[in-house]
Formats: sequence, C-alpha cells, structure tokens
Amino acid sequence: MEQVIFYGLALIAIVGALVTIFARNAMYSVLALVVTFFAMAGLYLQLNAEFVAFVHIIVYAGAIMVLFLFVVMMLNLNSVSSIVSNNASVKWLAGLFGLAMAGILGYGTYVTTLPARGNNPAENGTVKVLGKMLFNEYLLPFELTSVLLIATMVGVIVLTKKEE
Amino acid sequence: MEKSIFDTVPLEQFVILSLVLFCIGMVGVLRRRNMIVVFMSIELMLNAVNLLAVAFSAHRGDPSGQVFVFFVMVVAAAEVALGLAILVMIYRNVKSVDVNALKQLKW
Repeated sequence: MEQVIFYGLALIAIVGALVTIFARNAMYSVLALVVTFFAMAGLYLQLNAEFVAFVHIIVYAGAIMVLFLFVVMMLNLNSVSSIVSNNASVKWLAGLFGLAMAGILGYGTYVTTLPARGNNPAENGTVKVLGKMLFNEYLLPFELTSVLLIATMVGVIVLTKKEE
Repeated sequence: MEKSIFDTVPLEQFVILSLVLFCIGMVGVLRRRNMIVVFMSIELMLNAVNLLAVAFSAHRGDPSGQVFVFFVMVVAAAEVALGLAILVMIYRNVKSVDVNALKQLKW
C-alpha cells in the first residue's frame, strides 16, 4: 500500500514537473507546479516529516505560487509577442545536457554506498522536536533569517516603486 | 527498529525521484526563454534538493536535515520575492520577459 502511494505521488510530481517546463502558456506552468508541490507534500508526510510538509504547503503553494500567479496575471503575457525566433538547436542541447546531468548523477548514485539506516522515531518530524532544535542549536541562523526577510522586503519595495 | 516507509520503499528510489526532478528543472532553465518559467524551474530544482534532504534525514533518524530544509524554504521565498520584483522592473523597461531581451548586458 505504501509503495503504491509512493509511486502514485512520484508519478504525479514528475508529470507536473514536465508540464511545468513544456507548457506554452505560463499560467498552465504555474498550476502544474502547484500540483507537483502538493505531491511532494504527500511524500514528506510519507517520510514522517509533518512539519516540513505543512510548511511546504503554506510557503510554496500558499505564498510563492500565488506570487507567481499574481505576476503572470499582472504582466498579461499572452499579448506580448516574442522578440526572437525559437532556436531549435538550443532546445535539443538543453535536453542533451539534462540527460547528461541525469547520467552523471545516476552514475554517482550507483557507485556510492548509502549510509546505514538509523532508527527514526515517529516524533522526529513534529513541530515539538523541530521547534526545540530551532530555538537551541539553530537559534542564531533562525534569528538571522528575520534579518534576511526584512532586507528582502525593503529591497522589493525599493525595486518596484515607480519613480516620480 | 521502528516501522517506516523505508521497509517497503528503499532510499535509492527517493534519490532517483529527486534526481529526475532536478534534471527536469535543469532542462527547464536551459530551454525556456520566458523568465517566469525559468524561475519556476529553479524552484523545482530547490524542491528536489529539499526532498533529498528530508529523505536522508528520515533515513538516518536525524531531524537536523529537516531544520535545514526549513532554512532553504526561507531563502527560496526571499529569492522569489526579489527575483519577481526584478522581473517586473525589467518588464517595465523593455516590455518583455524574454531572457534574450536583455542582450545589451552581454558585453
């Protein structure tokens, strides 16, 4: 049963990813990527990582993809004619590079012996455990992310402000 | 040993799945000329790495990996917000989101 769910979610994720990069309309790309993200949240749940799964849905499907949708709708790209004609050789080269990368990484996976399995108690992925870690060992990076976010916010406002 | 997904689905299959997703994202970055889709492909690659980190974290029984995934998500959110702001600015200037529209930056 677990296996069937895993293969189903993996298939949905891969098909969503393929639709994302091959769809002509940017809107379809965004929606396909949302599907991929939900499938990945399911995979996180299968791995007993509830906290990561929920944060993934809230941050990616809830915030990032809405931002993408917002920009796609605001720019109204269907009315924009493309400037340069499609270059067929670039497309083939891109596919070739992707296959080469897959081959290299696959070979690396094949020759590497994976580490031994450790005991993973079910509460490892919960908010309780991860929250304790975030506020003990990882307190400094956690506080620094707030600096990063405020700097980003200021930067975005400065960048998009229309000049008078 | 507690019961987990790795009893039925070995770790290798998670590694292969994230490998496939990463390579799809890479092809998207190389092949598309629409900057928005290029950004989405980068998100896909980040997510493939996140999946790998969570799989190894669950495999080893060490929650540190999931904390790192949390930080990666924060940085990805900041990156997308800034990237889309730059994209909107480029669109205002050259009226296009084609990556080839910025040829003047080449030399």
